[in-house]
Amino acid sequence: MSRPLVRALGQGVRWATSLRGGGSAFPGLFMEKLHPRFVSEELAKLPLGVVVVSGTNGKTTTTKMAVQLLRSQGLRVFTNRTGSNFVRGVAASLLAEMDAFGRLDADVAVLELDEAHAVHFVKQVRPRTSLLLNIMRDQLDRFGEIDTTRRMLRQVAHATTETVVLNREDPRIASLAEDLPEGTGVSWFGLSDALRPMFPSDDDMRDGLRQVDPGAEDSAVPSAERPRADVVLEAVNARSVELDVAGKAYEATVDLYGVYNQYNAAGALALALQVLGERADTASLVAELGKVTPAFGRGETITVQDKPLQLLLVKNPAGFRLSLASASAEDYATMIAINDQYADGRDVSWLWDVDFDRLREGGVDVVSGVRAWDMALRLDYDLVPVGTVEPDLETALRDFIAGSGDRPMRIFCTYTAMLSLRKILGGMTHVAAI
Amino acid sequence: MPETSTEPLRIVQLYPRDMNIYGDWGNTLTLKRRAERYGLAVEVHDHNPGDPWPEQADLFVGGGGQDSGQFRVAEDLAAVSGHLHDAAERGVPMLAICGLYQLLGKSFRTGGGETLQGIGIFDLETVAGPERLIGNIVTESQELGTIVGYENHSGLTHLGAGQQPLAAVVSGAGNDGQDGTEGARTANVLGSYLHGSMLPKNPAVADFLLSAALEVRGEALPEKTFDDTLAERAREVASSRPR
Repeated sequence: MSRPLVRALGQGVRWATSLRGGGSAFPGLFMEKLHPRFVSEELAKLPLGVVVVSGTNGKTTTTKMAVQLLRSQGLRVFTNRTGSNFVRGVAASLLAEMDAFGRLDADVAVLELDEAHAVHFVKQVRPRTSLLLNIMRDQLDRFGEIDTTRRMLRQVAHATTETVVLNREDPRIASLAEDLPEGTGVSWFGLSDALRPMFPSDDDMRDGLRQVDPGAEDSAVPSAERPRADVVLEAVNARSVELDVAGKAYEATVDLYGVYNQYNAAGALALALQVLGERADTASLVAELGKVTPAFGRGETITVQDKPLQLLLVKNPAGFRLSLASASAEDYATMIAINDQYADGRDVSWLWDVDFDRLREGGVDVVSGVRAWDMALRLDYDLVPVGTVEPDLETALRDFIAGSGDRPMRIFCTYTAMLSLRKILGGMTHVAAI
Repeated sequence: MPETSTEPLRIVQLYPRDMNIYGDWGNTLTLKRRAERYGLAVEVHDHNPGDPWPEQADLFVGGGGQDSGQFRVAEDLAAVSGHLHDAAERGVPMLAICGLYQLLGKSFRTGGGETLQGIGIFDLETVAGPERLIGNIVTESQELGTIVGYENHSGLTHLGAGQQPLAAVVSGAGNDGQDGTEGARTANVLGSYLHGSMLPKNPAVADFLLSAALEVRGEALPEKTFDDTLAERAREVASSRPR
């Protein structure tokens, strides 16, 4: 079959499935079967090539920031939406963006890929630039071991043709710089010495009694022995951050939940500087960071009954710990919803690697989800008071809202719980489409 | 009747730095909290490779790790083997999960083909298998009842002829995915592949370890005055989940 015909057929399938509602990857699957090299051939035409963003935590928000930064400098950016982050998801997004003549109106593609899918993807399409954020234990029921996850990202780094942007403070990411192919450049983003203790690496997670004594000394390499970073997060204030970009100080507004998002902003900025090269206008890039809004379910705020309700996606110990560390417990009505579907991770062992002491004072109003009882038990052993345990998400959500009084609400939730809660909230109030 | 002393119960956490993967801290926390709820004073002590051996220890707990962490641990275990054998013979309870369970056996051949020597408290050998055995698991022990958890291991463990298993597999894979056994038990030393963490959802196992620890000191576990509703509900859910 001729190439334009194949593509037109794919676009037809996309149109047909969109009439049915949902099915974001199906047209991509269709293209993958009919024309397996479709994605790589299309992306190879882009003048600034392909950028891959991967790592355990923060991919979605960081990709969103990077796309916005590049667009603000006038680039036309193609990206994969709706978390459909594998090859056929990318193909589906490509079909959606092409015009009837099969032209992709873009200068560069910025793609969020999870570790396993990234490995398959880079075999077909070699990224020009990649941004590797962190390696944390997550979904060990899928990947087996954290060392396996690192091997996957090593393949991504090796497939990258120009520059890898690496997190200097994650030992498993930083060591990827050691054996890169000759000619591959490295750009680092990092933290000031003052901020480093706020981001324990995965090895520090349960280093002995650290959990009992969070102030214990960390084992990190002294700053003098670390490589120079192009972007350093120097300090974090209430709603702004101080950045050092190539030796120059900047202050930026970052109105996203959590210190980890503020650090990811440094990664997104380092990436944008690499992609833009000499045409980058650092001051306006820094200003643009202040306009980034959260990705769905990642600190997204929904207004319900005139009160803010924040959805905080949690999926692994490091993410949950950082999310808890980002706000004081007493100010909020708090709900936690834990599911154990495949997309959440079937194993709930990871909850025991999260330290819930911070919730002791304010307590948790409602615990919900398939594994509500596991979560309640976890909180009980950390001496955190729990109001009600209600596995059914809809009942739990209604109880939670009704009982929140005039406190702002926040819900820590796993992936499928977040999707369900958004759907239920959609029946009560306005919820942005994903 | 044995008396309860004011001496704290000393729990030694083995190799938390190298073998801390996937929630096994929950076991130590469960022992600590339950002991406190029984009215006992508790001290938790860490033992990492190279540390001096703790003089006083009533109970040992250790978890799973990356294959890479097991090399450092195997070396240290060889050095403290005499102490651990001695404690096991005196009836001191231990709970060894996953990676540490394998190293309390005779040997472990890794995926890379290297062989790690274990200290042989259990008569068993482990060989890395072609694929990981992953998923929810339910087992049944005659003495400890139903044990629920989550397994995630590539090692296939084969028990020696005289080695008692910890439990029989009801659903899931267990030691080698073939023989229907899970874990091992020698005196009061329990080995198992169950994460979850294991002890929070299996309070009977936790209380067995606490009782055994006190028994060595000539004491008994005080009467239980708290309830385990949360654990019971979490057990029910865990045993009904798909693999």
